[in-house]
Amino acid sequence: MSALLKLSELAVNQSGTVREMPKAGVAFIRLREMGLMAGTPVRLVRVAPLGDPIEIKVRGYSLTLRKSEAAEILVEPAAAN
Amino acid sequence: MSSKLPSHIAPAATPGTPSRQPVYALVGNPNCGKSTLFNALTGLKQKVGNYPGVTVERKVGTAYTQHGHPLTLIDLPGTYSLAARSPDEAVTRDVLLGRRADTAMPDRIVCIVDATNLERNLYLVHQILDLGRPVILVLNMMDLARAAGLDIRVARLEKELGIPVIACEASKGTGIIDLKLAMSRPELPLSRHAWTVPAAIATAVSELQASLQDNDKKPPLIARAEALLLLTDQDSVRVAGSTPLSARTEEILRGWEKRWETEGTDWAGVLVNARYDAIGELTAEVVHTAGDLAAGPSASDRIDSVATHPVWGWVVLGSIMAVMFLSIFTFAGVPMGWIEGLMATVSGWVSALLPEGELHDLIIDGGLAGIEGVIIFLPQILILFLFIGLLESTGYMARAAFIMDRLMSKVGLNGRSFIPLLSSYACAIPGIMAARTIEQPKDRLVTILVAPFMSCSARLPVYLLLIAAIMPTDEVPIGTKVGLMLLMYALGTFGAFGFAWLFKKTLLRGAPPLMIMELPPYRLPRLRDVFMQMVERGGLFIKRAGTVIFALSVVLWFLASYPKVPDDQNDTDALAHSYAGRAGHVIEPAIAPLGFDWRIGIGLVQSLAAREVFNSAMSVIFAVEETGDEDADTGHLRDAIRAAERPDGTPLFTPLICLNLMIFYVFSMQCISTLAVVKRETNGWKWPLFQLGYMTGFAWLVCLGVYQVGTALGF
Repeated sequence: MSALLKLSELAVNQSGTVREMPKAGVAFIRLREMGLMAGTPVRLVRVAPLGDPIEIKVRGYSLTLRKSEAAEILVEPAAAN
Repeated sequence: MSSKLPSHIAPAATPGTPSRQPVYALVGNPNCGKSTLFNALTGLKQKVGNYPGVTVERKVGTAYTQHGHPLTLIDLPGTYSLAARSPDEAVTRDVLLGRRADTAMPDRIVCIVDATNLERNLYLVHQILDLGRPVILVLNMMDLARAAGLDIRVARLEKELGIPVIACEASKGTGIIDLKLAMSRPELPLSRHAWTVPAAIATAVSELQASLQDNDKKPPLIARAEALLLLTDQDSVRVAGSTPLSARTEEILRGWEKRWETEGTDWAGVLVNARYDAIGELTAEVVHTAGDLAAGPSASDRIDSVATHPVWGWVVLGSIMAVMFLSIFTFAGVPMGWIEGLMATVSGWVSALLPEGELHDLIIDGGLAGIEGVIIFLPQILILFLFIGLLESTGYMARAAFIMDRLMSKVGLNGRSFIPLLSSYACAIPGIMAARTIEQPKDRLVTILVAPFMSCSARLPVYLLLIAAIMPTDEVPIGTKVGLMLLMYALGTFGAFGFAWLFKKTLLRGAPPLMIMELPPYRLPRLRDVFMQMVERGGLFIKRAGTVIFALSVVLWFLASYPKVPDDQNDTDALAHSYAGRAGHVIEPAIAPLGFDWRIGIGLVQSLAAREVFNSAMSVIFAVEETGDEDADTGHLRDAIRAAERPDGTPLFTPLICLNLMIFYVFSMQCISTLAVVKRETNGWKWPLFQLGYMTGFAWLVCLGVYQVGTALGF
């Protein structure tokens, strides 16, 4: 298992699997309800022109969140190919 | 298990029993085609209003079953979950749970989901099935799902859930008849979908359920659904009209939360995971991926590689905004001209019918002018909402918010505030109405409070007059004039952002706004839906704000016309003699430190009707003859105010005064129409009065500084 990265640290087009979500906080409950939880595969699609927020692909749709939230989510990057 | 419609509302109700139309609720995620389906089912039979006490739109329509029986359909605000995060979502939750006194609990629920994105959409459905109400599931956008290589076995899903599942393409109208047939069924089965509440929270759920049944008098199934919901509905949004929890239930909930916190149990996470596990099992049975799904980027991804590109993204955003802005500015002028023409014609007829006198003046200068003051805003509102509708239904709106979020976050707002603020450059009224797209109530309020700082089109004539008064000749390079004008726009923009930052730091401090938002796939706009929304907004404006604007216009007319002076006096003396004229004298001590005299004061008071009225007030005060030639009139007015003198013979409109007056117009709140709309959008007079006070107070302070420093420096 490779080292965990913050979701905000993924490179553009890099995929990974969510490993840790913060327990508390309205934001993270809502993210879970929108399908982002431990075990979910994600891909960082792009970063907004001014550097924040980011767009990720999760369960087949595009979701934006700010880096401040993404920095609290840990992902295991997929093996580079 | 099955559920019959209660006998008194069944289609075959026996004569004599009280008949009530069955009530259906329509729910679904945002962007799943819910409005399109609602429009397809109800056609033009829709009523739009507000839920009492909250600024959440309430849309109710009448649909007909296949047998022609009418039924009531409530279009609930779109949401991803019943655990509400915004007032809109709280209304959806409360209506479904029967918590709202003003809306009866729906008899049946129609759940619409986006078939291309089944897993996430089913999360809400999963929560709704817990309610134990009859549910019809509509799989929308089946064509797009097929095109994406998804093979969804509808019959299998129907069997697994035990409820009617209808495949549908709402935008093409396919599947609507099947849906209507399902809605017409006198009996609907209840879902037999069973899922296991995780052991870690099961005891708590039963305790909460028991308490909700005993202390909150909820029926058993609703009690269970609410018990589950309480675990994910942290910081729960309470809105007016929703009934609060009993103290006992609250106590049990807090007790468990404390216990879980010390144990380190992620109770909300456990619950959400369990639901997604159950959904995963369902979709594994039902959805088969046919062909190579992930072959290359989707069309939306290709568009976004330009539309959100670090360079081209700005070009696209700038172009779209420029087109929108120019359209509001230019196209609106034509129908506004028609409205003025029409009202002039009507005034002419009335004049011909009525003899000169007070009634004549009341009807023409008070009443008809008041009506014109309301409908004159319609073209701008309609055009803005046409654009907003197009931007929303194509999916670009979310991209604009995505691009602008970083900038807006600097002042504590999020990308959603961008369009309302930008629109306010045309007119603050449609801008403030557009702030409804902002989820968080505090962000919405801050946006509404600062929007009128954006220099609207009504300030333009005032700026033009005053700039001409400062620089009357053509010798001054045009660039200087334009520069001065842009400075005014810049001042207003800084004012808006500065105060937004200040309010978010102090008065309306809240959690930093989130930017958790779906970027929906690009789609062709549904013109019918866009058009219906546009008309709806126009109607709402007239209904909600129109009455207040009309009443205030009549009051202002009265103040400018009474008390009357003997007939032989001219207009200038008549205005000076009126309440408005006296108000100019009354406020003179307050505005004298800014360098303004009572005559300017009259202009300021009259500007409350609309800022550009300043110019006509000046025409009356300085007795400028109207020639009918607008350019000439403007020139005469410019010369007249340049010639105006103070009692000591010094010029009144010095460059410093003109500049100061422009600055005053940038910052002060002088538009009663805007105040009327703010009252409507914030549900009371508190915020519009606050806005009037803080904006005008700030304008006064800035102008005081400019004038005092300016005179000290010898200007």
